Amino acid sequence: MKAMTIDEVQNNIIEEFSLFEDWMDKYNVLIDMGKELPLIDPKFKVKDYLIEGCQSKVWLYPEYDGRVITFKADSDAIITRGIVALLIKVLSGRSPDEIIKTELYFIDRIGLRQNLSPTRSNGLLSMVRQMKLYAMAYKAQVAGHRAQGDR
Amino acid sequence: MKNISEIRADFPLLQRRVYDKPLIYFDNGATTQKPLCVLDKVREVYTTYNGNVHRGVHAMSDLTSEAFENAREKVRSFINAGKREEIVFTSGTTGSINSISFSFGERYIKPGDEIILSNLEHHANIIPWQMMCNRKGAFLKIIPVNDNGEIIFEEYLKLFSKKTRIVAITQASNALGTVLPIKEMINAAHSEDVPVLIDGAQGIQHGIVDMKLLDCDFYAFSGHKIYGPTGIGILYGKEKWLSELPPYQGGGDMVDRVTFEKTTYNELPFKFEAGTMNYAGAIGLGMALDYVSDMGREEIAEREKMLLDYATHLLSSIGGVRIFGRSANKISTISFLLEGIHQYDTGMILDKLGIAVRTGTHCAQPVMDRFGIEGTVRVSMCFYNTTEEIDTLGTGIEKVISMFSK
Repeated sequence: MKAMTIDEVQNNIIEEFSLFEDWMDKYNVLIDMGKELPLIDPKFKVKDYLIEGCQSKVWLYPEYDGRVITFKADSDAIITRGIVALLIKVLSGRSPDEIIKTELYFIDRIGLRQNLSPTRSNGLLSMVRQMKLYAMAYKAQVAGHRAQGDR
Repeated sequence: MKNISEIRADFPLLQRRVYDKPLIYFDNGATTQKPLCVLDKVREVYTTYNGNVHRGVHAMSDLTSEAFENAREKVRSFINAGKREEIVFTSGTTGSINSISFSFGERYIKPGDEIILSNLEHHANIIPWQMMCNRKGAFLKIIPVNDNGEIIFEEYLKLFSKKTRIVAITQASNALGTVLPIKEMINAAHSEDVPVLIDGAQGIQHGIVDMKLLDCDFYAFSGHKIYGPTGIGILYGKEKWLSELPPYQGGGDMVDRVTFEKTTYNELPFKFEAGTMNYAGAIGLGMALDYVSDMGREEIAEREKMLLDYATHLLSSIGGVRIFGRSANKISTISFLLEGIHQYDTGMILDKLGIAVRTGTHCAQPVMDRFGIEGTVRVSMCFYNTTEEIDTLGTGIEKVISMFSK
């Protein structure tokens, strides 16, 4: 099976959430996703990988194999875990370039931005920013190696 | 007292719906809703006599100045202070405490001196003192708290030394609801010749507060937590202190005579009111205090006690609810956690049910540290809340438990 593009994954999420009219049901989906998120190795639940939101803690650990970045994450709040799980679905296993370029339109389309806005300090935007920062850092690293190799 | 539907009709915001459900507003500890009379009053200022206070010869300035000074008199009378000179308008409780901690520090604090605070303080009654201590080389001494969330009085008494310069304590804990025995604490401090500042942000709106009876040296509160506008607050200080303390900020209206060599300051309370005051807010606050007085402060206290008892009973009957702060003497605030469920998750779902609560540390991290938790869900009620709303909260909490424990 051919792997889905980032936008195909985003569209799938939008479709999944559109099945539910009621906000409670949408939250139930988030909660289920939060519960399904694979557990992170406790050794990564340290300050270095902590994204400080005001209300709940999020740990985000990136792994780069030279081709794609795999993200692992956890949060102490389940709804936040659900949001992280969504972001991982979309951005994990992608190349740094893809992650940097992707416009995350699904957040608006499923109503996450209005309902989980940055003023609520859930750290949604900090999570996205952190994922993109890791991608930029890895890209710079690769460019650095190449530049050295060229010499 | 008016009946509950008459009371609620006074507050336009309480009529609204959120997520297509009636709004249940349980975040009164953060800010209260405003009765129409307060909103009308602020509008009246700007539509009929707006002019800057104390500055103009013209009629608008005169009318505004008069209304502003009337508001000061209303505040004086509301807290039964001796003189209008003792009532300073500020931006809020935080502004009041920053002002006093700075001025008091400049005038009286030397290296090695000690300030007594309690473990229950809001950050606004910690950080200004910490900043002052850093500048002056002084230290904070903290009154410990027992498992019920009450200060331990014997430990408080042990903190006094020859170096104690001031006690700064809250009237009621914003995070747990505990009411502190401030009268006894003030007496104890005075017997050691130490002045006391009371942070009244969570006290003023819940009952009668009387400066002559309390005999505290300073008292701070915010207008927006007692049904008044935001951005206005009060610093009460005994005249003997305020006349000795240097001003916190310099600017217009606080001066007597200015040359580039020297400035002499205006008389009290204007010495502490630099720049254009939030006079519309002050006049609005005056109206809010009238509203509260008309409602009856004893009646308010009684009604809020009924709501507290009702909600405490109901929450205690739900399995998995753990209440923090079990003092017999509380304002109508309940802090709790649901077994195994993050406070943020609880708050998010309650919000979707139309119930506004606060979650997190409530700007009182040392309180959370004391109980070894990272936050709570806080329900802060006031007289316009109803037992039906509390019932809906109970149903909401059961819904949260079922959603997260499946």
